[in-house]
Amino acid sequence: MTGSATTAIAGTRSGKPKFWKTNQRALAPWIFLAPGIAMFSLYVIYPIIASMWLSFYDWDGLGEKVWLGTQNYVELFDDDAFYTSLKNNIIWLALYMLAVPAGLFIALFLNQTVTGIRIYKSLFFFPFVISQVVVGLIFSWFYAPNFGLFYNLIEWITGTGVAVLADDRYVTYGIIAAGLWPQIAYCMILYLTGLNNVSPDQIEAARLDGARGWRMLWHVILPQLRPATFIAVVVTVIGALRSFDLVSIMTDGGPYGSSRVLSFYMFEQALSEYGFRMGYGAAIAVILFAIMMVFISGFIWKMIRDERGM
Amino acid sequence: MFPIAIQKTSVPTQILYKIALPVALILWLLPLLGVAMTSLKPSSDLAAGNIFGLPSYLAFSNYADVFRNSPIAGYILNSFKVTIPTVIGAVAIACMSGFALAVYRFRFNLLIFFLFVAGNFVPFQILMVPVRDLTVSTGLYNTITGLALFHIAFQSGFCTLFMRNFIKGLPFELIESARVEGVSEFRIFWFIVLPLMRPAIAALSVLVFTFIWNDYFWATVLTTSAATQPVTAGLYSLNGQWIAQWQLVSAGSIIAAMPPVLMFFLMQKHFIAGLTLGATKG
Repeated sequence: MTGSATTAIAGTRSGKPKFWKTNQRALAPWIFLAPGIAMFSLYVIYPIIASMWLSFYDWDGLGEKVWLGTQNYVELFDDDAFYTSLKNNIIWLALYMLAVPAGLFIALFLNQTVTGIRIYKSLFFFPFVISQVVVGLIFSWFYAPNFGLFYNLIEWITGTGVAVLADDRYVTYGIIAAGLWPQIAYCMILYLTGLNNVSPDQIEAARLDGARGWRMLWHVILPQLRPATFIAVVVTVIGALRSFDLVSIMTDGGPYGSSRVLSFYMFEQALSEYGFRMGYGAAIAVILFAIMMVFISGFIWKMIRDERGM
Repeated sequence: MFPIAIQKTSVPTQILYKIALPVALILWLLPLLGVAMTSLKPSSDLAAGNIFGLPSYLAFSNYADVFRNSPIAGYILNSFKVTIPTVIGAVAIACMSGFALAVYRFRFNLLIFFLFVAGNFVPFQILMVPVRDLTVSTGLYNTITGLALFHIAFQSGFCTLFMRNFIKGLPFELIESARVEGVSEFRIFWFIVLPLMRPAIAALSVLVFTFIWNDYFWATVLTTSAATQPVTAGLYSLNGQWIAQWQLVSAGSIIAAMPPVLMFFLMQKHFIAGLTLGATKG
């Protein structure tokens, strides 16, 4: 008797709890998502659209925005510095991919169970934990004329040292080598985890069939490492196209702008002493974004396919 | 196991492997070891041309000099002030949005999820001008709050991806049976799912801590003065002041690298679990 009385009271008190009771499963996800969507829209989605819009204007960051139409892009296609940056981005992308096989190689080397191997694994991983600023400074020292280990090594071998970071022929490669150091460590840890999960039965079966060495790696191990390879490729592509810190720390784009990449050139145009050309900078950013979208769409497409397959 | 366990190979191979391990490690860490050694050299050694030899004595005074003659202590404090709120904010947001995307079936679920994923990969430069503008117009330019707010928002993309996939792996029957019992959705989140997310929260916190500590780009875009700059941006300006005083640059670098390195060694298991989520099936 009392039970039905309380429900009756609860029912008459107001419509709200009842509404909540019946609809909470439909409303709850949006309540949980609200802070995330709000922050992400404000700081990520809106800025992407605003940058695209801004790339059609001339703006110094303070005054009036002046509509230019496609003039920023037209200027860009006639800008040598833009082509230098684009070329360097392609070199970055191509050479950065070496991190994937190099990481696999080190992972295979370390995938043993001898005493102390855990410490070796974490020490090999070490460069990834350090800030790129510190990596940049470490390699600046490594390459420094007269002081640097690398400089002296080259001098000892060839007779004349090479000031890598002051030579426009080598500077980009020098910076990429610094970037590869942590990136290889990252790929290595992905592969070490992947190797841990390779099915031992299949390896044994393949061994009985006489598979060894490279053939074993190619036909039995690598197919099982596919998820690790996918993530390694994703983070390496993104890392290559995002390269900014090392260029800024090691050379500031120099000598004579020869080590610029798009991300750095954009920053230089929009926010440095060379002028606050926000619109022009935004146009460079849109180009970089378009290049990255090609890769991002590919990754997402594969992820959606996996999601559907689940 | 692949490659073949070293214990099963011939004795010379085993010996070779035992020698190759430390040699490879030293070569791999050579730049770092060089910098560590340089940071302990008195400046007289460098002036006298002792570049690669051992220091004539261990000059810990370089470290004292860095602290005494530069604002590095302040930079480090700023780094903590940016990093810790970001970790808390981004992980808290991601727990909620990850839960929403993993547990509920509703329209736009996958669309929202992939927006978070895609946003996480975009180049920073496409965000730079509007984010800076937004921060200036809200009066948060050159403040720690302004920098931390952006980091929270941006990291919530990666964190949501991570949390959503983690919660997808939890047994869904737990939630189903709680619903049958009439437990409200908020209580399911708070009392059933959140306690199970503890390992994911730990892994994500360590990762985000490292990412934010090491951030350099946003620090240079959103902060300008020594009172607000974190240590990465600070190190850049100190490097400009310490031209060719490599013993100071080295000591400063090592100080700046310490917190994430300590974090990594203390929380190694969580760190690697976080980083490699998705590198294996399931």
